[in-house]
Amino acid sequence: MKYMLLIYGNEELWNSFPQEELAEVIRQTDALQQELRESGEFVGAWGVADQVNAKTVRLQDGAPVVTDGPYIEAKEYLGSFDIIDCESEERALEIAARVPFARFGSVEVRPLMAEAAPEV
Amino acid sequence: MRPSPRVEDLLRELAPQVLGALVRRYGHFDACEDAVQEALLAAALQWPEQGRPANPRAWLVTVASRRLTDQLRSDESRRRREDVTAAREPADELLAAGPDAAAPVDRDDTLTLLFLCCHPALTPASQVALTLRAVGGLTTAEIARAFLVPEATMAQRISRAKQRIKAAGTTFEMPPESERDARLRVVLHVLYLIFNEGYTTSSGPELQRSDLTAEAIRLTRAVHRQLPDDGEVAGLLALMLLSDARRPARTGPTGELIPLAEQDRSLWDRRSIAEGVEVITRALATTRLGPYQLQAAIAAVHDEASRAEDTDWPQILGLYDLLDKVAPSPVVTLNRAVAVAMVRGPQAGLDLLAELDADDRMAGSHRLVSVRAHLLEMAGDTEAAVAGYRDAARRTTSLPEQRHLEARARRLTDR
Repeated sequence: MKYMLLIYGNEELWNSFPQEELAEVIRQTDALQQELRESGEFVGAWGVADQVNAKTVRLQDGAPVVTDGPYIEAKEYLGSFDIIDCESEERALEIAARVPFARFGSVEVRPLMAEAAPEV
Repeated sequence: MRPSPRVEDLLRELAPQVLGALVRRYGHFDACEDAVQEALLAAALQWPEQGRPANPRAWLVTVASRRLTDQLRSDESRRRREDVTAAREPADELLAAGPDAAAPVDRDDTLTLLFLCCHPALTPASQVALTLRAVGGLTTAEIARAFLVPEATMAQRISRAKQRIKAAGTTFEMPPESERDARLRVVLHVLYLIFNEGYTTSSGPELQRSDLTAEAIRLTRAVHRQLPDDGEVAGLLALMLLSDARRPARTGPTGELIPLAEQDRSLWDRRSIAEGVEVITRALATTRLGPYQLQAAIAAVHDEASRAEDTDWPQILGLYDLLDKVAPSPVVTLNRAVAVAMVRGPQAGLDLLAELDADDRMAGSHRLVSVRAHLLEMAGDTEAAVAGYRDAARRTTSLPEQRHLEARARRLTDR
């Protein structure tokens, strides 16, 4: 079963980290990812660039129109996401709780839709 | 270039034999498994272009042995450098092709390998992956594609599974008599998972998840050949055949799910049904009853009805009652509720479903919600049925099922 772990935070939070603590969180993040690679549960992990880089594409009369943004007025926005493939929801929640950023922001756990139908 | 299907089939057939021969001679299951995989890849590349060798099995054993000895030698020299004990066997003995390389198959190691790959120390996902590679002869890339994960992830899953087996101190032999029954259940469950993984997916080009269905049937047949008197092995084989027979009718032109009651039964595969019925009939008459046999018997009753309205629901309910005694589970209760509704009316089915609301394993699951919606529809409570289908559609993580549930809700509101 595949799950997406969405790690939320905000500018204030990212900027408030003392240098040495940030290094430690990054080290722990790498270590967790390495562990998931070794257990065969890792599918991918990406950091999401700041929303100043966000672009939106719409089609107008079949032609793409690109605009900047959206700049979401939320307290917390997506900072990074992991995709894992693990045995159960319980295991996914266990992994989410070990994401180092969970201590500061929050980790949302979303099962991914599958092409398979449910069972015989 | 992809090998022709016949080469591929031959390689998959030979994979467990070659692996068995190597492990028997050299030990080192993990290293042997890698060596066999390399030999299979070499064969898949070379045979279509250079022609098939006169004795394909001997060719594979020789090539795999050579890869293995290279590997063991380099491991050994590393160990020597590290001043640790030398390897068990002298290198030149390892290098020889060995007398039984060309010999005809005198034993089938498939079952022993299955017991090893379905070791209880592994997670189901690892058991499935290792079984497909070591016994099924599939490549890591093929397995990764079938399970929609990166190849590195699948490679790691397989390699980790092999380390675990090694750490558990497992030897290449049949489990002791006292454990055999329990271990066989694990093997059957893994084969069932492989079947399900393929069965629940609509087909597509190339090696797809649907090939897993054929692979599961092939491996279960092999187990059935070796254990013809085990009723549950026969039951699982029959269940697979009887379910797979409906596959052509199970999805519509755009991949939408078609429920059993609405399937075009003329599309069902009569040969699979006949074989499945024969296998299950023999098992029911001669062996001890078990859950796979009962599920196969239920599938057989469905398959034998030429129209949905001819289905012998009282017999199906009787079989579910038995299944509920032999192997009770919330899923059995759920299915039994449908049979109860068909025999005694929707309200009786709904009453039975109410029991599941208190069961943590089932409460709030999309399956309970969707079965309830179905029974409410039968009872004529359209409004509640629509709400139920929509609720279930939100809860499921299966795309085809979600589309199906939304369609059911739409069908009721459009009327």
